[in-house]
Amino acid sequence: MLTRPPVKFIDRIARALPQIVVAPGFAAILYFVYGFIIWTGYISLTKSKMLPNYTLIGTRPYERLFQMDRWSVAIENLFIFGFLFVFVSVVVGCLLAVLLDQKIRAEGFIRTIYLYPMAISFIITGTAWKWIMNPSLGLEKVIRDWGWESFRFGWTVDNNLAIYALVMAAVWQASGFAMALFLSALRSVDQDIIKAASLDGASPWRIYLRIILPSMRPVFMSAMVILSHLAIKSFDLVVALTGGGPGYASTLPANFMYEMTFRRNEIAVGAASAMVMLATVAAIMVPYLYSELRGKKHV
Amino acid sequence: MSDAARYSAPRPWSALIMRLLLWFVLIVFAIWFLLPAYVVVGTSLKDLDEIRGGSLLALPHELNFSAWRHAWSEACIGVECTGLKPYFWNSVSMALPGVVVSTLLGALTGYALTKWKFKGANLVFALILFGCFVPFQVVILPMAQTLGKLGITNTVYGLILVHSVYGLAFTTLFFRNYYVTIPDELVRAATIDGAGFFTIFRRIILPLSPPIIVVSVIWQFTQIWNDFLFGASFTTGGAQPITVAMNNLVNTTTGVKQYNVDMAAALITAAPTLLVYIFAGRYFVRGLTAGSVKG
Repeated sequence: MLTRPPVKFIDRIARALPQIVVAPGFAAILYFVYGFIIWTGYISLTKSKMLPNYTLIGTRPYERLFQMDRWSVAIENLFIFGFLFVFVSVVVGCLLAVLLDQKIRAEGFIRTIYLYPMAISFIITGTAWKWIMNPSLGLEKVIRDWGWESFRFGWTVDNNLAIYALVMAAVWQASGFAMALFLSALRSVDQDIIKAASLDGASPWRIYLRIILPSMRPVFMSAMVILSHLAIKSFDLVVALTGGGPGYASTLPANFMYEMTFRRNEIAVGAASAMVMLATVAAIMVPYLYSELRGKKHV
Repeated sequence: MSDAARYSAPRPWSALIMRLLLWFVLIVFAIWFLLPAYVVVGTSLKDLDEIRGGSLLALPHELNFSAWRHAWSEACIGVECTGLKPYFWNSVSMALPGVVVSTLLGALTGYALTKWKFKGANLVFALILFGCFVPFQVVILPMAQTLGKLGITNTVYGLILVHSVYGLAFTTLFFRNYYVTIPDELVRAATIDGAGFFTIFRRIILPLSPPIIVVSVIWQFTQIWNDFLFGASFTTGGAQPITVAMNNLVNTTTGVKQYNVDMAAALITAAPTLLVYIFAGRYFVRGLTAGSVKG
């Protein structure tokens, strides 16, 4: 009789143990992700300048944001960069995956070469490509010395080409990742269907185009979603490769946010730009995650 | 049958041409991927005269490691001429605790979410999962404030906290997707035998976990080591992680531009994660693809 209440209490704890274990991590995410999103959202509606100021002024920071040429340039750059980066990475990744799937000797070795950029920081990628694209000492000079006098590769210092320098370096870094995704998907395609198709006389090309690639649609989806969210978050590559320049010709939204928040004392505008970035990512990720999680339940 | 034979065994000469073409494309891409590595290593071994006078792609005349030594212990970052050495250790002392905390928490959370499904477990997971994809710009400002209130702005501890929290979303994802594949019967049988939450974790789950622990550790290490945004936002001067210090070193404008030192600095910064990749690439790839392939 006397011992029952404490046992019960311990039982209750034991039963709630899973929740108790999840609680700290979940609480941290709630606070540091969702709480912070709300905070930034609130700040984006205030007149904060150098320091956070909690006086609400409605959507004026957003209006200011969309009037700024620097922001329009950043958004336009994001479209160019995002589209080209995702498209080229997927195409190159897919091509390399199909080629590597042809029973290549030394496949593991080649794969290691294609994927190593993914292990290093964008800061290093940017630094390396900046040196390669150095107008006076880089690849431009090499090619000119070989006799192609008009060759130009100083993209990082060219207003119109700087954004393509970013695309090139980003594709260099991420297409191996796309390849790894596609390769693992290629390997998990049902071999019986392929065998049946080739017995029916379908050529290897037709098998790829008609059977294998269509069956990989979910992986294309995943690759595009992940790469586009990488594109929206791109920050360090710009810092290291072009510094957002010349001027702000190659700035991206993430760099805009950093500039406003830490250098220009425009905290409200910085927060507004961060919220726009969040909305863009959410528009891509939420439907994707929803379908992924729902799909899982039925499997 | 004759059709199948014709298509599965093409005439040898066309097969040979296809094979050559295949290898040609593969090698061209390999050169493209290796070019920056070659240029960085090559430049770091040359002296400045050789860099200015010679070709970017030429091999260095001799193996001259003085730029490496300079980048490691003498180069100026801002006004401090200490080389990358102290910042390297900053990154080490930031990455190791960050990796341990987030992996441990992720393992426990993933275990509780899969093997002890409670009401709302899926919602909890979905909310955690979205944390993987949040653009960090949206948390930087409040984080700077919070670190200030905790009195750990501009310290390694602040960065450990940041990386542990935002890494948790990924580690939970890894462990959850891995533990889903462990049969529930194992856990149920142990429960009937009277084993509790932690006993089962220690005796049954943990012994099955080494592969995913390796994935999580490698992923987290790479992410934390390579981080630039948090380091640049929350630290200045002597507390900077190596990526930020390296960027400052390269962009320090005083004096003669020492390309060889810049490249050596890039190499030093890249070395730890590259070594991990070379020796444990298989697990690295698994971490990369875990976020996109259904568990």
